[in-house]
Amino acid sequence: MMRILTAAVCGALFGIGLYLSGMTDTRKVQGFLDVTGTWDPTLMFVMGGALLPMAIAWRLTQGRTPRYGGSFPAPLQHRPDRNLATGAILFGMGWGLAGLCPGPAMASLSYGGSGGVIFLVAMIAGMLIAVPARRRLDTAGGLT
Amino acid sequence: MTDWIAGAAGGLLIGCAAALYLLGNGKIMGASGILGGLADGTARHDRVERIAFISALVTVPAIIRALDPTPAATGLTGNIFLIVAAGLLVGLGTRLGNGCTSGHGVCGISRLSIRGIVATVTFIAAGMVTVAVLRFLGGL
Repeated sequence: MMRILTAAVCGALFGIGLYLSGMTDTRKVQGFLDVTGTWDPTLMFVMGGALLPMAIAWRLTQGRTPRYGGSFPAPLQHRPDRNLATGAILFGMGWGLAGLCPGPAMASLSYGGSGGVIFLVAMIAGMLIAVPARRRLDTAGGLT
Repeated sequence: MTDWIAGAAGGLLIGCAAALYLLGNGKIMGASGILGGLADGTARHDRVERIAFISALVTVPAIIRALDPTPAATGLTGNIFLIVAAGLLVGLGTRLGNGCTSGHGVCGISRLSIRGIVATVTFIAAGMVTVAVLRFLGGL
């Protein structure tokens, strides 16, 4: 029960944070990526603000276990690979095209109009395509 | 100037959410992972937690919107083809690359994960190139 409550509180805080920081406004996100136009540095401040509590949180994980059960995620040992690079490039392209990433797409669902809903549906479709795509990439192998 | 302050304050809240998720539930707060695991069925025993997270993420901004007298503006393009292409790319890319701005950008970089840093630098660079091309083609 506490795990479910914690998850809900985190979702709520995440939503308030995204709203307050202006990150559900696609123009601010595209403005950050728009280095050849009028660059908007807001996203950098959001990132900086978010990294601070998280850096402390990672320190606090040492020698402890999560408050409500389970275990802390172990750092992934493997190096950045082809899937990571391919995925990040495709994601960056989509992010630039519309100025939306998964968090803000969900946070702005209620006020993003039909375009926001269509984006979310397309995004979930893309997530489902990723399952066979990953299998293909893995079996195509060799070039990791 | 106030945009920066609001950005940093909002960022702090996002970081606190991620910190609470980690210290309380032992999980990485990645938006694409939480939603993606539900969508493709890889999430099993923690489905309810994920649904609780997403429900709050959608409804709390809706409540704020209802109380905020300023008009809602996400500035999203009206071009439906662009929206669909962007959505497909974001969904495919984040699952293939195992994370998005929150998972790699916030949770990965803060633990100095090489994968998180490489992914974040890569998607920001790809986003910048894409926006530059959009601007060149007059689509921005």
